[in-house]
Amino acid sequence: MGETCGVDETLRASGELIDELGRIGLRYGDAPPVVLPTRPDVVIVRAGSVVVKAHAPGAGREPLAARMRAVAGPELRGILLEPVTGEVMSAGDRLVTVWPAGTPVDPEDPDAAPWEAGARLLAGLHSVPAGALPPLPPAGGPARVGRTVARLASGPAASAAERVVRRAFDSLPGLPALPGPTGPTGPQPGPGLPHAAGERPAGPCSLAHGDWHLGQMVRVRGEWILIDADDLGVGDPAWDLARPAAWFAAGLLEPEVWHRFLAAYRAAGGCAVGAGGDPWERLDLPAQALTVQLAAAAVAAAGREGRELDEVEQVLIDSCQRIVRFRSACHSADTQ
Amino acid sequence: MQCPKCRGNMRTYERNGVHIDQCDGCRGIFLDYGELETLTRMESQWSQQHAAPAPPPPPPAHGAPGWGAPAPHYGGHYGHHRQRSWVGMLFST
Repeated sequence: MGETCGVDETLRASGELIDELGRIGLRYGDAPPVVLPTRPDVVIVRAGSVVVKAHAPGAGREPLAARMRAVAGPELRGILLEPVTGEVMSAGDRLVTVWPAGTPVDPEDPDAAPWEAGARLLAGLHSVPAGALPPLPPAGGPARVGRTVARLASGPAASAAERVVRRAFDSLPGLPALPGPTGPTGPQPGPGLPHAAGERPAGPCSLAHGDWHLGQMVRVRGEWILIDADDLGVGDPAWDLARPAAWFAAGLLEPEVWHRFLAAYRAAGGCAVGAGGDPWERLDLPAQALTVQLAAAAVAAAGREGRELDEVEQVLIDSCQRIVRFRSACHSADTQ
Repeated sequence: MQCPKCRGNMRTYERNGVHIDQCDGCRGIFLDYGELETLTRMESQWSQQHAAPAPPPPPPAHGAPGWGAPAPHYGGHYGHHRQRSWVGMLFST
């Protein structure tokens, strides 16, 4: 259920790209290159102790270079994996970076996933002021919501599920507008809002990973560490907790796991939610936005595969439906 | 009149023009033909007169958001842990 639309399948299957990544791998690594499974718009080749990553088509060189400068510095050491080289290389029209290889979380055993370690790493990341790092672009979370929703059908062609997801998206305040040739159709940040949802100036508590999930951690020399700087940037760190929060709110993630994750984050001094009190004051909007994004990705995945939504995917649509009801109830309560 | 359920004695009451029979034994209530409609009509008149604003969403309970899955839902999906789409979602962008 990744970001898969718009992927150039010929490029993905391109032996040339893989060969070129393999050559780069041999320059830094110490074993014959092998292709690792990953999301469809990214190609990763492992060569022994290093992995070579071809970033998604269309990734901008300057934002990636800025993020590489940030992760190559000492401030994020032990939190976010340092690259083998800070250089951004090219293979064909793709940007390429080189990283130490690590052991990912075992997808066969999600119950044993290191939720607490992830929470502590995020708390550590969030404690670094964005201003202490080389200048960074905005974190990638909020913009992805609209991009994912924009891929759904609209108008009379939209299915019932697509209409629910779009309605939920439209009910969320202050998200970046939907991209597309028809112009923005999503809600715009109101004139009273200095920053769109998830955006903030580079003060304290302003650094976010931008795309955290269980695939964004590896074990290197026995320690878990965050990976993937592609969406690292200045933004509301509450967005990094939004995926598990959305899963919990949908009834997919066991409450026990969610509360363990949240407690570990708070115990580690994470600034995205207060040390006590109701965490949903900060999590509500990001978690609703991620619910919409996950539901949009689910509908797109089912459509691509020409099948009905499965039970888990339907749960996300139900959650969108509740968001619409909740937001309209809040709205009518506010305006009376 | 005898209660159709427990055979107890039913007593007749008149409340605001609605005629009800209540059983002394099981407290069950019998409505005459049309009385249910009368009650519904009176209820809607009452709520129009007392046009209360829509109640705000209930406050979050047990650390869950107001828009979260209702409590009985919990437990319902966890059995599908091995479902491909759930595991895929845990690990993907």
